[in-house]
Amino acid sequence: MDKMMNEYRADFPILKQKVNDEQLVYLDNAATTQKPQAVIAAIKHYYESDNANVHRGVHTLAERATEQYEAVRSKAARLLGVDDPHEIVYTKGTTEALNWVAASYGSTHLQPGDEIVLSYMEHHSNIVPWQNLAAKTGAKLKYIGLTENGQLDMVEAQKVITDKTAIVSLCQASNVLGVVNPIQEIAALAHHHGAIMVVDGAQAVPHMKVDVRELGADFYALSGHKMMGPTGIGVLWGKKELLAQMPPLEFGGEMINNVGLYQTDFKEPPYKFEGGTQNIAGVVGLGAAIDYLNSVGPDKIAEHEHHLVADLFPKLQAIPGITIYGPQDPKLRTGVLSFNLAGVHPHDLASALDMDGVAVRAGHHCAQPLMEYLGVSATARASFYLYNTKEDTDALVNAILDAKEFFLNGSF
Amino acid sequence: MALSSLNNLYRQVIMDHAKHPHNNRQLADADEELELRNPTCGDVLTIQLKIAGGKIQDAAYTGSGCTISQSSASMMTDQIKGKTTAEVEKMVLAFSDMVTGKDVPDRAQLLGDASILQSVSQFPARIKCATLAWKAAYQAIEESEKNE
Repeated sequence: MDKMMNEYRADFPILKQKVNDEQLVYLDNAATTQKPQAVIAAIKHYYESDNANVHRGVHTLAERATEQYEAVRSKAARLLGVDDPHEIVYTKGTTEALNWVAASYGSTHLQPGDEIVLSYMEHHSNIVPWQNLAAKTGAKLKYIGLTENGQLDMVEAQKVITDKTAIVSLCQASNVLGVVNPIQEIAALAHHHGAIMVVDGAQAVPHMKVDVRELGADFYALSGHKMMGPTGIGVLWGKKELLAQMPPLEFGGEMINNVGLYQTDFKEPPYKFEGGTQNIAGVVGLGAAIDYLNSVGPDKIAEHEHHLVADLFPKLQAIPGITIYGPQDPKLRTGVLSFNLAGVHPHDLASALDMDGVAVRAGHHCAQPLMEYLGVSATARASFYLYNTKEDTDALVNAILDAKEFFLNGSF
Repeated sequence: MALSSLNNLYRQVIMDHAKHPHNNRQLADADEELELRNPTCGDVLTIQLKIAGGKIQDAAYTGSGCTISQSSASMMTDQIKGKTTAEVEKMVLAFSDMVTGKDVPDRAQLLGDASILQSVSQFPARIKCATLAWKAAYQAIEESEKNE
């Protein structure tokens, strides 16, 4: 298994380098993932051979560009387990997708006193758009707390989601705690109370099989760059009837049927949301990333990451002074591991690991409410992907031991 | 091994200031107080100044943070005591230039001990940690001049 996974590593040119004279060990995959040669080549090929504006030319290149742009819509739909490509709206990423649901669906459907339910483990991109919506509509924000184990508190969820709830918006997988939320149960609860279910899938789609219908989602957001695609491209999936109810947010070329001097007819979804020339090369790159993801297999990626974390977890726990946030049972975890080392600030730790070639994130991970909930200002975070190996987990442990020696015993 | 280059960032003086910070306390009679947050990690630093006759009579800070931000705050509060507000503003700009890699020939004279933080310029991800306390002092002085 591992041997076969090791073969994928060779597809990622960026990983074949040294940083600070050490072999690069890239463990910041929850922030962004590296790109396989196939994705880089697809973008290059597009600009070298097919570049044209989509949907508005009769010439051959325009035809080719349009065909690729729309083919990726179908690929993205299949990736999420749906048939209708018109339920796929291209966005800049998860942040823009969530912003659009809040600003377009939310502002036309919410009444003063309606409630929006989030959780304490949300990324700022799944908090701030809702705060803004609440301020504009008079809706109220409510939060589902976490269990001691760092999982969503389902007992509290039952109390927080009520007939007043209009929207529930949760991440499927946490970017800090390494947990997967029971979206299916939450969505059933939301629907029972007449609310819609919005899912931030940024940390889920790259790492596991996702079927939005099975989950019971009404909207689902993802980012291309977190699944080996380019930055600046993402997807908002929405149920057709909900997308139809949403007014467009950007007005201009391409999103119209007919423009008069004083009024305009908009196209049907998804086109009414895609005003102006879109990130066509980004879409092409996203398509190549989806192909690559499928060629490995989401189940195999999930299994690989579970193996890595199961191997790493006891080794990390054995280091005196280490606190790992989230479930202490590696079986309940994804490939995201946030931790602190007593007496060493995570920023200092990350600088030290970088000197050993190990790239981790240190900070609040765009989840300040969660940091406050955990009672810390920041953590270090190692996050794994399909190209990471057991050697990478060993490099992490050794680098932490080096850093500990340096900062706590002052010797090296 | 590459970790040995950490010694360039974490010089002994820096480690000493971080472990035994100076002026890490509350001032009873501060004239100015300013809180700044390091947006990359969420660390919060509060600077307090006692200003009289255009001079910094006392300076202190509270809050937690990494080795670089704590030692920088410790050194900064040491260095600005007894200086005029105009001198401190000049020091802050010199410090900012120094850690962003610009040549500041008179840095030792201007910044005293704190000139050792020049090493931060080789670690761009840590510049914000080093400048946090200095920015806070600059803004606190600006506030005090507004209130006059």
